[in-house]
Amino acid sequence: MTVRVYIPRDSGARSLGADTVARAIELEAKKRGEQVSLVRTGSRGLYWLEPMVEVELSDRRVAYGPVNVTDIPALFDADFLNGGNHRLALGRADEIPYLKSQERLTFSRVGIVDPYSLPDYISHGGYRGLERALALSPEQIVEEVVVSGLRGRGGAGFPAGIKWRTTLQTSASQKYIVANADEGDSGTFADRMIMEGDPFLLIEGMTIAAIATGATEGFIYLRSEYPDALHTLQAAINAAVSAGYLGDNILGTGRRFLLEVRMGAGAYICGEETAMLESLEGKRGMVRFKPPVPAIAGLFGRPTVINNVVTLASVPLIVERGGAFYKEYGVGRSRGTIPIQLAGNVKRPGLIEKPFGITLREIIYDYGGGTASGRPLRAVQVGGPLGAYFPESLLDQPIDYEALAAQGGLVGHGGIVVFDESVNLARQARYAMEFCALESCGKCTPCRIGSTRGMEIIDEIVVARDGEKASRLELLRDLCDTMSAGSLCALGGLTPLPVMSALRHFPQDFGLPPSSGG
Amino acid sequence: MTAKFVWMTLVLGREQDIQFGLLLAASQKWTHRVPWMSTTRWDKAKVAAIAQELKDKPGALMPVLRRVQDELGWVPAECVPIVAEVLNLSRAEVHGVLSFYHDFRRDPPGRNIIKVCRAESCQAMGGVSLAEHIKRRLGCDFGHTRGDGSFTLEPVYCLGNCACSPAVVINGQLLGRVTPERFDAAISELDENLL
Repeated sequence: MTVRVYIPRDSGARSLGADTVARAIELEAKKRGEQVSLVRTGSRGLYWLEPMVEVELSDRRVAYGPVNVTDIPALFDADFLNGGNHRLALGRADEIPYLKSQERLTFSRVGIVDPYSLPDYISHGGYRGLERALALSPEQIVEEVVVSGLRGRGGAGFPAGIKWRTTLQTSASQKYIVANADEGDSGTFADRMIMEGDPFLLIEGMTIAAIATGATEGFIYLRSEYPDALHTLQAAINAAVSAGYLGDNILGTGRRFLLEVRMGAGAYICGEETAMLESLEGKRGMVRFKPPVPAIAGLFGRPTVINNVVTLASVPLIVERGGAFYKEYGVGRSRGTIPIQLAGNVKRPGLIEKPFGITLREIIYDYGGGTASGRPLRAVQVGGPLGAYFPESLLDQPIDYEALAAQGGLVGHGGIVVFDESVNLARQARYAMEFCALESCGKCTPCRIGSTRGMEIIDEIVVARDGEKASRLELLRDLCDTMSAGSLCALGGLTPLPVMSALRHFPQDFGLPPSSGG
Repeated sequence: MTAKFVWMTLVLGREQDIQFGLLLAASQKWTHRVPWMSTTRWDKAKVAAIAQELKDKPGALMPVLRRVQDELGWVPAECVPIVAEVLNLSRAEVHGVLSFYHDFRRDPPGRNIIKVCRAESCQAMGGVSLAEHIKRRLGCDFGHTRGDGSFTLEPVYCLGNCACSPAVVINGQLLGRVTPERFDAAISELDENLL
């Protein structure tokens, strides 16, 4: 009897040797005369256990990990193909506490299905959202998204339904849907996991957006650092076209939606929506002035819905089950679930999808298990390179757009990077300025030049004598004010956030007395 | 060949380096096929053909430059007038785009391309000292190619492998949880002919 064995093809798992493990399992099975069929899936997001191998038994999938090639003969000896016990045995994959306690709405299939298989997607509940959307009017679809309370998961948190409604109500001969897959924030990988692990979900979300707004063409703007995702997306698009889910006549309804993947070229700024449009038009990724918003005049001057990958991937379930269902999850004005990406110096890094309202402490300690180094935690950066640094004493903050904003932070794309006590926050603040200088498109002077001046001032603060520090600090605050008030987009506007939060919570790293950061 | 290599490494290699060695074995096969690895000569007709093929796409310049770099490994300055002519753009526009994006190389790269993530998550896991080690090991700073053409070292800002930090890319192959020892082991597995 052939046993089905699941091994991720996720690039994170591959970076730890998943391909080698897969090949070695095939070789060992052949040697022992065992019939094995390998299925390459996405990752479940339990990265400290990667490469994680799952074996399908009659009623469950049991997991083993992290598997090294050297473990494979022993796994066969332990009869892992029948769920045998071994040092690496983790039991039922879906009963692993890290996974079981999550509420996976958007990531429900990632790590389970074969991302290259359209039949797999459909048999696991895929394309039900599109089916329902085809039975609704555009206004009704938009209404479901508005009711759901879904806000942009890319970072800005703008209500997705409002964007869609604006595009729907703008008449034009051509409208576009653009998926922002330029996931540049350090500490984030949710978009990548969806594109590599469940690409049809993104395609379905974009198709629904197209039907809801009257768009007939779409682009996925993919960062060039994700070559595996490019491969998966292209294969999925081809499969969807062949099966009539994309093309000139979607499922025989006469609706048209064409989809193309476009690669970025290593510019962080192209994750900003208007810079992304410029890049798609074949230009330098320079930020545009708003208004007009892209929903009215976007790509090639036409109405364009731009949403992050996770936002679009949340849509199929919302349309299938109704906006009210999704709205049940979450707190305050932050509705639904958020895929939190836990990274940096943490024992159990990975993807944690939970409703808004879970605290940083729960994520970092209950899920993450504290620091990987075992040294005390000193700081966490929430929301990518433009997010604030928080000290341990602020970890009881719930993850919620408004609550984090009230603390001078942001949810961003849901990335959390943990640092142990070896971190120097003056150096992190300097890096924030350096990154801004490197990635600034150059349009706004405070961002283009202020970021370089910011690096210099931070260097000066660190080495200045006590009497000279005050004037330098004043200058840094003034510069940060100018950057946040005088920049068109979030890069220049939010770089002061990590800088000022580092100064506020960790003044001693700048050679200042503990109470002076304010 | 693969099986033989597996067993040789199992016998000879240190356990934690084995998977990295095997990963690199796969990537070496890839480098053999890349035409620009050993030469800086390139074909103007090929660049013009790429531009011709893609010129009708909306916003064609980015896909054209991407394809040129994929084929040649870099985008020589002499490509600019060729691409500009076909796409009906000014040379300044093409140069502007070429010089804006970090990915586009305006000099030929070395035979091996090493990318090291410098972003926060990797910093939190020892990425800064790893980068210092790599610079010393390769004798090459970020953004530079060694004089003998063996290595190009490029900084990257997030590879999306943050849950397996620190991350490095060796000739297109992503590696996670990289330590100085693992990096050295991976480098020592590279094809001698390309060093």
